[in-house]
Amino acid sequence: MSSGIGKSVKRKEDKRFITGKGRYTDDHRMDNQAYAAFVRSSHAHARVKGIDASAAREMPGVIDVLDGHQLTADGIGNIICGWAITSKDGSPMNMGAWSALATEKVRYVGDAVAVVIAETQSQARIAAEAVEVDYEELPVVAHVAKAGAEGAPQIHDNAPGNLIYDWELGDEAATDKGLAEAAHVTTLDVTQNRLSPNPMEPRSAIATYDDAEEHYTLYTTSQNPHVARLVLSAFYNVAPEHKLRVIAPDVGGGFGAKIYIYPEEITCLWASMKTNRSIKWTSDRGEAFMTDAHARDHVTTAKMGFDSDGKITGFKIDTIANLGAYMSLFSSSVPTYLYAPLMSGQYQMENIYCNVKAYYTNTVPVDAYRGAGRPEATYLVERMMETAAREMGMDPAELRRRNFITEFPHQTPVLMQYDAGDFHTILDKAQKAADVAGFPARKAEAASRGKLRGLGYSTFIEACGLAPSKAAGSLGAGVGLWESAEVRVNPVGTVEILTGSHSHGQGHETTFAQIVADRFDIPVENVQIVHGDTDKVQFGMGTYGSRSAPVGMSAVVKAMDKVEAKVRKIAAHTLEASEDDIVIEGGQVKVAGTDKAMAWHEVGLAAYIAHNLPDGMEPGLKETAFFDPVNFSFPSGAFICEVEVDPETGHTEVVNFTSADDFGTIINPMIVEGQVHGGVTQGIGQALLEQVIYDEDGQLLTGSYMDYTMPRAADVPFFSVQHHETPSPNNPLGVKGCGEAGAIGAPPAVINAITDAIGTNDLAMPATPLAVWRALQAASKPIAAE
Amino acid sequence: MYPVKYHKPNTIDDAVAALAAGEEAMVLAGGQTLLATMKQHLASPSDLVDIRGIDGMVGACIDGDTLVIGAATTHAEVAGSAVVRKHCPGLAALAGNIGDPAVRNMGTIGGSLANNDPAACYPSAMLALGATIVTNTRQISADDYFQGMFATALEEGEIITSVRVDAPAKAAYAKFAQPASLFALVGVFVADGPHGVRVAVTGAGDDGVFRHAGLEAALASDWSAGALDSVDVSEDGLISDIHGSADYRAHLIKVMAKRAVAAA
Repeated sequence: MSSGIGKSVKRKEDKRFITGKGRYTDDHRMDNQAYAAFVRSSHAHARVKGIDASAAREMPGVIDVLDGHQLTADGIGNIICGWAITSKDGSPMNMGAWSALATEKVRYVGDAVAVVIAETQSQARIAAEAVEVDYEELPVVAHVAKAGAEGAPQIHDNAPGNLIYDWELGDEAATDKGLAEAAHVTTLDVTQNRLSPNPMEPRSAIATYDDAEEHYTLYTTSQNPHVARLVLSAFYNVAPEHKLRVIAPDVGGGFGAKIYIYPEEITCLWASMKTNRSIKWTSDRGEAFMTDAHARDHVTTAKMGFDSDGKITGFKIDTIANLGAYMSLFSSSVPTYLYAPLMSGQYQMENIYCNVKAYYTNTVPVDAYRGAGRPEATYLVERMMETAAREMGMDPAELRRRNFITEFPHQTPVLMQYDAGDFHTILDKAQKAADVAGFPARKAEAASRGKLRGLGYSTFIEACGLAPSKAAGSLGAGVGLWESAEVRVNPVGTVEILTGSHSHGQGHETTFAQIVADRFDIPVENVQIVHGDTDKVQFGMGTYGSRSAPVGMSAVVKAMDKVEAKVRKIAAHTLEASEDDIVIEGGQVKVAGTDKAMAWHEVGLAAYIAHNLPDGMEPGLKETAFFDPVNFSFPSGAFICEVEVDPETGHTEVVNFTSADDFGTIINPMIVEGQVHGGVTQGIGQALLEQVIYDEDGQLLTGSYMDYTMPRAADVPFFSVQHHETPSPNNPLGVKGCGEAGAIGAPPAVINAITDAIGTNDLAMPATPLAVWRALQAASKPIAAE
Repeated sequence: MYPVKYHKPNTIDDAVAALAAGEEAMVLAGGQTLLATMKQHLASPSDLVDIRGIDGMVGACIDGDTLVIGAATTHAEVAGSAVVRKHCPGLAALAGNIGDPAVRNMGTIGGSLANNDPAACYPSAMLALGATIVTNTRQISADDYFQGMFATALEEGEIITSVRVDAPAKAAYAKFAQPASLFALVGVFVADGPHGVRVAVTGAGDDGVFRHAGLEAALASDWSAGALDSVDVSEDGLISDIHGSADYRAHLIKVMAKRAVAAA
């Protein structure tokens, strides 16, 4: 079958995207539409003593100016974090109050204190500048390394010392013993540079209130519209769920930043009721840098011990994590359960201990971003392995191989049970594709041109397919992490799939259709995917954590199982055969070994005409299923990066990048390759280019593309992408998820390559030309220009 | 963006009149800085006078041994111009490496010079080539024209109409780009021509583009990259920011100067 599983079917959605016919939130226009502009704090930490909107109210086009006191008086609830983390002393995390519009205090530059509603966007923005806020400035702590210091400014009253939690995982005593008995211990200090997610489409919302029906409709840039509706309803008291419809239409990238429910959506909904107008707000790029949840931002010290054979004896990690000024929706889980359980990497380890302290700072909230916790863990583990190999004088690939896990399922000491993998084979594939054997010659040739060439590895594993609901619940998650699907076979035999997964660039309209085409042997064009609208689709959990294939598609498979069972019954009844003899192929439902057959669409028609169904069978052909995974899925990979460093300027060029990934079963190789390309590019971005910088006063210094460096096409090489499939046993398709692997695995491969090139391990991300030049100077390498 | 009135005159006189009539009128010469600034509400001109439709303001030609480039000539046009490539290939190469294709197809040489961004590429070329900035009222030598960060000799209502560059014997530009903006973190233009051996540095100076006497002296006695090895480039007066410290910029000035000499 030309369009089934394993085929590089061209993306069905691309015609509208590349011809400009996509319909994003901002493309929608409502009757009676007005615009919101937010009045934002220019201080990182200040008491709000008063708001004077009298001048703004008199400005052209202004309809209303609303503030947090009105919002609170109307019963709109505080924004919550949905994952409860318990500190090691048994105490709950310290969640500070976060009102969509600040009332008493502002806690980061960009914190909203009021909203102007006006006839045009320009009028709203101009009037917002005329709202006078009387601030009493407070001392600021903008950097996580200082947040817990004695005398640091106190950001939330209920979080003494700005500490949110002090959490641990693993056995500290056993790990200390493993380290004490080690023949060699490697110590490494690493920082995770703070990132801004930068989806191409900025966040946007249009809220409409129907006062006759007392019903709200919200168009918004969400990765999970049902979760948005649930939270807006149950916690923020905007409207009961049945009076609130959330539509996430075409969404131009998310990377995690569009999981969360932000102050702007809440405020637009509430303001639509207050003004009885449709309220539109679309972030500009400056607002996006200032208010989209940032990512990473850890400071870590770790030790790893090895015996005389290079086997790991213990791994101890101390991390402090910056969660920003408030706790965003899933922020608490990122440096804890999405981080420490990945510390075993691809390696046999008995002793791991990880301690994480999370702090508030006067910066925008920090939450999940492509990889979420797993890039942080992988960077630490993989830089540790490379550094240890260099210290012990071993080949870094050989040190990894000596420690590879080879039998599955494998239980780590940090919660995870790996499902399947073949780490030696994927490393073999990567080494062959990267021509590691030819590296010394390439290095010598580069040296003849005055360039320092280096090679770095990253052999990594990640946990995807979030998540078994019961296990997640036992670890503090406030929601289940199953997925839903409805399969509708129409009377003419075409199929609609209603999925709780949400596509914001991933290509679900193609890949989800492929698994249906494969199962029922019908053309992929005859399958339509419906998603992103709470009025159309049953409750679903949305897309993040590389979960759409392992969880979302599995729900579709379960629903297709039910449809197929009914199809067999109808065909057996009509064709007077046994159900066991029915086969579905070539657009027909046939009796095996005979010429008796019904066309696929005839079965659909029979189900709806209902003139000749088996006794007691309900008419129709439509089934729903919910799939709750029994485990995470564990994609793994081996990345090899080669760089050339210009010692005169410190500039790094990534000259070769090879990936060998195990994503389990691959539905569409072309789309998977695209995901790897994008993920690796973002990983290279983190390693070389991207960094959010706040100054000591909490002012954002990287608030535009003039100062925040996104990777460009010229910053990455042509990638060599290899695959090795060991199907996951934990879902019906054997898929593992591919959306995050590149961003997770790439940063340590790049930094390991640069440190190999320049001969020093003392290099932090991003390895900007300045940083590399400084590292070279510190290592006293000769600099040709001097 | 605040409301603004747009004009597109056909003659320099109409442009001057429109500038004078507006309460806070500004020249629009491609808008690659001004429009972004207006969108951020950091500038709010009452009127924009777009000079790209004025006769004779676009294109390059040769007048004797002097290149004449219209002020509203885009970077892409300068980069692609046969006369510029023939008489001053280093200048064409500089223009072809400004920003990205969108910027090069909208931004103009006159706009860049009037704005005088301390990290823009063109000012270093004008200063090193000893160019003349021609306005609607006078001719200004590059030595007098650049007066510090975003500051120039232009007076209120004065419009650059062209630049005149005496063709050099040798000239080239080497830029180390600030990775986010692609402006010059350090850009060095070296020239050996009718105005002597001159080296101008952009992107690095606290006070905008400047000439470097030490590099010039070394090259005047020996035009070779190796001649620059012994030159001391001080970090005094250089910019320190998140993209580069003063000592790094000082180091890059020498590296870029050597690369420019090698390319000239």
